Amino acid sequence: MNVHARPAKTAAELALAGVYRDARSALPGGTAVAAQRNAAFEAFSGTGLPGSRLESWKYTDLRRLMADALPLAPPPDAATRAAQAKTSGGPLAGLGLRRLVIIDGALDLAHSDLADLEPGLAVRAMAEVLASDEPLLTLGGSASVTNPTLALNAALAADGVVLSIAPGAVIARPIHLAFVNTGARVAAYTRSRVVVGADAMVALVESHEGPDGAQYQVNTALELVVGDGARVDHVKVTREGNAALHVGALLAEVGARTSFTTLGFTVGGALIRNDLAIRLAGEATVAAIRGVSLLAGTQHADTSLTVDHAAPGGQSRELFKTVVDDRARAVFQGRINVRQPAQQTDAKMMVRALLLSDDARADSKPELEIFADDVQCGHGSTVGPMDEQLKFYLLARGIPEQQAKALLIQAFAAEAVETVAHEGLREVLSDATARWVQER
Amino acid sequence: MTPLLQIRGLEAEVAGRKILNGLDLTVNEGEIHAIMGPNGAGKSTLSHVLAGKPGYEITGGEVLFRGEDLLAMAPDERAAKGVFLAFQYPIEIPGVATLTFLRTALNAQRKKRGEEELSSPDLLKRVREIAKKLGVDPEMLRRPLNVGFSGGEKKRNETLQMALLEPRLCILDETDSGLDIDALKVVANGVNALRAPERGMIVITHYQRLLDYIVPDIVHVLAAGRIVRTGAKELALELEATGYAQYQGEAA
Repeated sequence: MNVHARPAKTAAELALAGVYRDARSALPGGTAVAAQRNAAFEAFSGTGLPGSRLESWKYTDLRRLMADALPLAPPPDAATRAAQAKTSGGPLAGLGLRRLVIIDGALDLAHSDLADLEPGLAVRAMAEVLASDEPLLTLGGSASVTNPTLALNAALAADGVVLSIAPGAVIARPIHLAFVNTGARVAAYTRSRVVVGADAMVALVESHEGPDGAQYQVNTALELVVGDGARVDHVKVTREGNAALHVGALLAEVGARTSFTTLGFTVGGALIRNDLAIRLAGEATVAAIRGVSLLAGTQHADTSLTVDHAAPGGQSRELFKTVVDDRARAVFQGRINVRQPAQQTDAKMMVRALLLSDDARADSKPELEIFADDVQCGHGSTVGPMDEQLKFYLLARGIPEQQAKALLIQAFAAEAVETVAHEGLREVLSDATARWVQER
Repeated sequence: MTPLLQIRGLEAEVAGRKILNGLDLTVNEGEIHAIMGPNGAGKSTLSHVLAGKPGYEITGGEVLFRGEDLLAMAPDERAAKGVFLAFQYPIEIPGVATLTFLRTALNAQRKKRGEEELSSPDLLKRVREIAKKLGVDPEMLRRPLNVGFSGGEKKRNETLQMALLEPRLCILDETDSGLDIDALKVVANGVNALRAPERGMIVITHYQRLLDYIVPDIVHVLAAGRIVRTGAKELALELEATGYAQYQGEAA
């Protein structure tokens, strides 16, 4: 008997093996994709669910926290699709964005807005792309080894959105990927891919939502390829139901002289993990990577970021704001790598957590790894309760305590929210913050 | 007539250290009182205790504001009743636009007093008028509160708030600190414009210079937590000449 045997598989790991076995034959893809799925699931089986023994998951012990693995959601029926198509995206739906609806993991082209596609914009379903046996993974091949949840995604992703934007195309209407979950005791695995040609412009919004009280699981990944000279603004709104597990990944490869921004806005879900792997592959790229998390109850939200400066003259600004109330827990892990060729890199990461109760907790681990010698890099991190000096100033002007606190919480989040370029989107996020503050 | 502010035997501690030690002071409507004194005498503590800043323990005495127990009121209640502290170091609040802050503060006070809230256009009109008088750039109103403001801009902003909120009692805590002479004049003019028969002021300062521009009716010397001398405005000039050494001796 091998005394170094891995710990026995958990109930969730055993269930995942069953889920994969049952789903495998029906998942889209030819022989190449099928082989890739098998390899990905094997890689996952080798590591199992990530837990505290893995440095990158040390604050989010998924092995312990994920009690069960749920079967893939059945395709939604016509009535569900029609109903969800109307409401998906919540307040985002009123902004006139080009909405593409993904219900229970399946892209619903019939209920998506495909009218008057701008020249240079092409929309396809990932299921269709996989069925033609195109490879599932264009990016993060190495990440899948170290990130077991991404390997699971590669094995089980059934659908998603594939967008391509031709070089030089300016897509005036932001594109909204509205992911909706309707069921309980089911899981949705999606993989999307957006390829933005050189000098093209696009704004992309993802929203993820589902009913409160329903236990469901989401594993979603977005691969983003940004060509030289392009401008891409990305926002991800995570407002899953209060019993949901959401594991998300953004894998971005960014070309030279681009402007790239991303903002994660997390309010909903019981257990949320968002992995961001952003590689600034081309020179003189400007990236702004931001996040706002508003957590209450017993929510646990983990944002783990890797920014790779691989070419000279890049600038990145990382700003993450988290408000934690009740017994919720926030985790931020952020790593900036500056590769040897990436001279004149200018990178600054700031992480702030505001604790609103004695039982709230925030862990923050910013890291820099620098191999180039001519760089400007820095990071800062603060975790603490509301600043009494700020509060007193407002009280001294006659603003009541509750209102003063609300104003300061909104102000805290605003620093990140206000950077969103699209006015309507900025207002929706600002309103969502105000509503969260009022309801607490 | 009930005095605007009546402080009797006030004692206050910070972290177990006694700062105010039996302070008596009466301010009537329409009066401007200057409180001068050496560093560490308790000048800022007095202003903070009156405004209700946390961290001070009141161990004795009482403070009546228009006959009501001021110390029993929360800070926002004191403000709504008409107590205004112009901060020595105005706080920077990123993410809160100055105008939003002004609107929130004024309407919170009006609401507490049972008055109708001011509409945004009316408020903007009033703020603009005051800003013009104080030479405040209207652009500043859109910027986050005090963020990146110069020392002079911050003190002008305090004066602007004071003019907008129309308090009954203004407490100016070292308003001259960090100001050059031009900025000092602007701020002093703003304060002087607020002199009114129903309004009292306490001007706290280390230096006589400010009192050339905001001329007090009564000057007090605060040392070791008590008022040790009270006189007419000429007392300030005398203090400028002699310094505080004798009072520090008295304190010890």
